Amino acid sequence: MIVATVLGETPALPLHTAGKYVAGAYIVLFALVLIYVAIMAIRLSRIERDLGELLSDLDKESTPKYPVKGHK
Amino acid sequence: MESPSRRPAGFSDRKQRPPGAVLYGKGLRTLSIATVVAITTALTLVFFYAPLEAEQGFLQKIFYVHVPLAIIALCGFVLGGLLAIQHLRTRDPRWDMRSYVVIHMSLIFAVGTLITGSIWAKGSWGHWWVWSEPTLVSFLIIFLLYATYQPLRFAIEDPERQSRYASVFAITAGAFVPLNFIAVRLSTAYLHPRVLGSTSNLPGPMALTFLVSLLALSLLFATLCKYELTAKHTRAQLRALRRRLAGETTGMPARPRSAAPSLHHAAAPARAAGGPAL
Repeated sequence: MIVATVLGETPALPLHTAGKYVAGAYIVLFALVLIYVAIMAIRLSRIERDLGELLSDLDKESTPKYPVKGHK
Repeated sequence: MESPSRRPAGFSDRKQRPPGAVLYGKGLRTLSIATVVAITTALTLVFFYAPLEAEQGFLQKIFYVHVPLAIIALCGFVLGGLLAIQHLRTRDPRWDMRSYVVIHMSLIFAVGTLITGSIWAKGSWGHWWVWSEPTLVSFLIIFLLYATYQPLRFAIEDPERQSRYASVFAITAGAFVPLNFIAVRLSTAYLHPRVLGSTSNLPGPMALTFLVSLLALSLLFATLCKYELTAKHTRAQLRALRRRLAGETTGMPARPRSAAPSLHHAAAPARAAGGPAL
């Protein structure tokens, strides 16, 4: 409601000549942040994978080699 | 699903965390929310509150992203130097890591400054780049100087030496930044618009919008730095955990050559046993 009121009161943005440059500048900033976050997400998934490997290694080590008496 | 009791203990459990270990993820969510709110406010002010400038009109809106990016990048380079001083004083690898992350982030912001500046120059002056303009060229020199920081680190294999040389570089280059800035301001060719020192000339709404944009991008810088520090800390913890599980004597594969600082070379044995404290 408030946003609609603000947009209604605000004159249309002059996007005829300068608009493409302004849009370009702000898109560059957005793209830089997006690329950075994507790279960090890839690194995070690598950490997650390494952690999974560690956990599976630990599981293998903790599994008894011979069945315990009384168990089939 | 793994039961929690079977999981190897990291530092996620507060009671098992060794004293002195820092959790960099703490407060990250609050900082991220503050950043999102500040950026939204800044964009609203830029496009719906700040008046159009008389000469450049709508094109001047680039000012609210280009100038804060430049200021934060330059301040970040200086901050990287100050953190490097702290590293050389204490020999604590955590300071080296902070210096590295701040410089890395400043470099990304500097890329943003150069690109947005070029776009503004094209719209305003009709050229993507003006070589006769001292502000542009000096910023490019600083950017190129810091672009050698990572290759310098990567070129040195010994982590101890790598961090020491990188700190010396960060201090020297960090001192160069304000000197360069002063030299440019003393130059007489004033084609590039002046911002610092003349903000009082800005009309109230423009000055307010500029300050909010500066705050928003500063918060973004801080959030991304914290994000990266947390990621590096987690990675270091994981490496330490792997080393502990494999046993120090079994001969873990050596750390791959990297430009990123190592947290282990100066770590005390007790800290190494309990994991690295970034």
